[in-house]
Amino acid sequence: MKQWEVVIGIETHAQLLTQSKIFSGSSTAFGAQPNTQANAVDIALPGVLPVLNRQAVECAIRFGLAVDGQVAPKSVFARKNYFYPDLPKGYQISQFELPVVVGGKVTIQLGEGDNLTEKTIQLTRAHLEEDAGKSLHEDFNGKTGIDLNRAGTPLLEIVTEPDMRSSAEAVAYAKALHALVRWIGICDGNMQEGSFRCDANVSVRPVGQKEFGTRREIKNLNSFRFMQQAIDYEVQWQIAHIEDGGRVEQATVLFDPDSGETRAMRSKEDAHDYRYFPDPDLLPLVIDRDWVERTRAAMPELPVAKRDRFVADYQLSAYDAAALTASLDVADYYEAAIAVCGKAASKSCANWVTVDLAARLNREDREIGDSPVSAAQLGGLLARIADHTISNNIAKKVFESLWNGEGASADEIIEKQGLKQITDSGAIESLIDAVLAANPAMVAEFKAGKEKAFNALVGQVMKATKGKANPQQVNELLRSKLG
Amino acid sequence: MSLTLEQVRRVAHLARIEVSDAEAQATLGHLNGIFTLIEAMQAVDTRGVEPMAHAQDLAQRLRTDQVTEIDRRDAFQAIAPETEKGLYLVPQVME
Repeated sequence: MKQWEVVIGIETHAQLLTQSKIFSGSSTAFGAQPNTQANAVDIALPGVLPVLNRQAVECAIRFGLAVDGQVAPKSVFARKNYFYPDLPKGYQISQFELPVVVGGKVTIQLGEGDNLTEKTIQLTRAHLEEDAGKSLHEDFNGKTGIDLNRAGTPLLEIVTEPDMRSSAEAVAYAKALHALVRWIGICDGNMQEGSFRCDANVSVRPVGQKEFGTRREIKNLNSFRFMQQAIDYEVQWQIAHIEDGGRVEQATVLFDPDSGETRAMRSKEDAHDYRYFPDPDLLPLVIDRDWVERTRAAMPELPVAKRDRFVADYQLSAYDAAALTASLDVADYYEAAIAVCGKAASKSCANWVTVDLAARLNREDREIGDSPVSAAQLGGLLARIADHTISNNIAKKVFESLWNGEGASADEIIEKQGLKQITDSGAIESLIDAVLAANPAMVAEFKAGKEKAFNALVGQVMKATKGKANPQQVNELLRSKLG
Repeated sequence: MSLTLEQVRRVAHLARIEVSDAEAQATLGHLNGIFTLIEAMQAVDTRGVEPMAHAQDLAQRLRTDQVTEIDRRDAFQAIAPETEKGLYLVPQVME
């Protein structure tokens, strides 16, 4: 049985966050009535000229800096020629020989805990281009409907080297890139609306072989789950096909989520003859050092740098630090909470943000940006755990009250609901005495050597204090009473 | 370098231009004439000269990112052969 190696490269189209289109002043807002956001440039009336959107270029510069690529001082727009009804000019304005970003890299993390490893995925390039319109194939009396609202929407196409060796690596890369483009504010990452779409170039080769196998390109993967399923199916198909004596032909394939299969699109012999040439309507794009440096100065701290800083500054595990830097919103929330509760509570704060808060947000399908419990409120709550005003258990109750808007701060809720921890040992001792008197059977069991009975007694005492005593203190006092 | 009739037909097909045999033959002659001119120009030594992307040595002017356009769908669609529900209708495209 031959061992096979999988080789994957990914091309991603990220829709850039601009108000207007890349070459016209039409709106890019999603969901408008068909063709109401398509002007003379977008529908390609004769005699119109494209004028480049500064913000789209700025987004490309931000991306180039974020992946440590080279922002080209001079790049050139080219025409990619093909005929399709949703491409009214008969060509797409893209970049070919001189793209705006050259090289760069994205670091991905694989596995968890002790098995956590890192891998660097090299980028080939990133270039600016315009999106096409949309074809609606539902039957309009045997015709196809065309909506050009999306035509001219700015895209950054990000191309990797064939560096990935499994569907897991491909998905880890896509997720890291998705997080990065949102982090630096150049793309909203909305995959349902098509703001972030991936194509995967997949091939297989016998382990040890130097040359790449023939690749097939899986188009328009719009969810991470589909990406995983599509690549897994495609890999298994290619291996089976070769082992059956077949040859893989270069092709474009589509993934069908219903059947879980990939299938080749009808191949068109001329499909890849795009006859690129520099667009005479557009002059070269010149980006001076000054613009790059100004953009660099305005960049947020990047995910990897922030993750490393979280590990160093807050003594967090790599796993927690990665979870807290999954998005800029989460990272900002965490640091805003720490600013209130103090660095000493950093580990507990990490747990609250990544476990309790995350689960609660998840249950209501909310983003951390509109969490009913603010970072300052959570920080205030954690400060009360840290100074032993309340136990972790009571804190969960206070959190719930904060979530439901029953008070402006943890302090207010603790005060109003009388949740302050009982630390007066005299008070706890008298409750213990009452519990011991009421449960002679348990006491006898404990004295007979059953440790379980002790835990049951602790439970009874905690119940008597309505959970407000420190369990450890109860433990100690109970032990000395029984001992 | 000279083109073949087959190449002329292929380029015409890629550009979706219908050419008759006579037109293809005539076009072959025209294009070969242009290629002769290009061949003559290729005799010029261009080592060390950066290829030009545009005839003018200027940089692209940039636009502020602002929505400046209003909806003019009705005007645009008034000259379209066929529309429905705001969509332009075209002969069915199958993938």
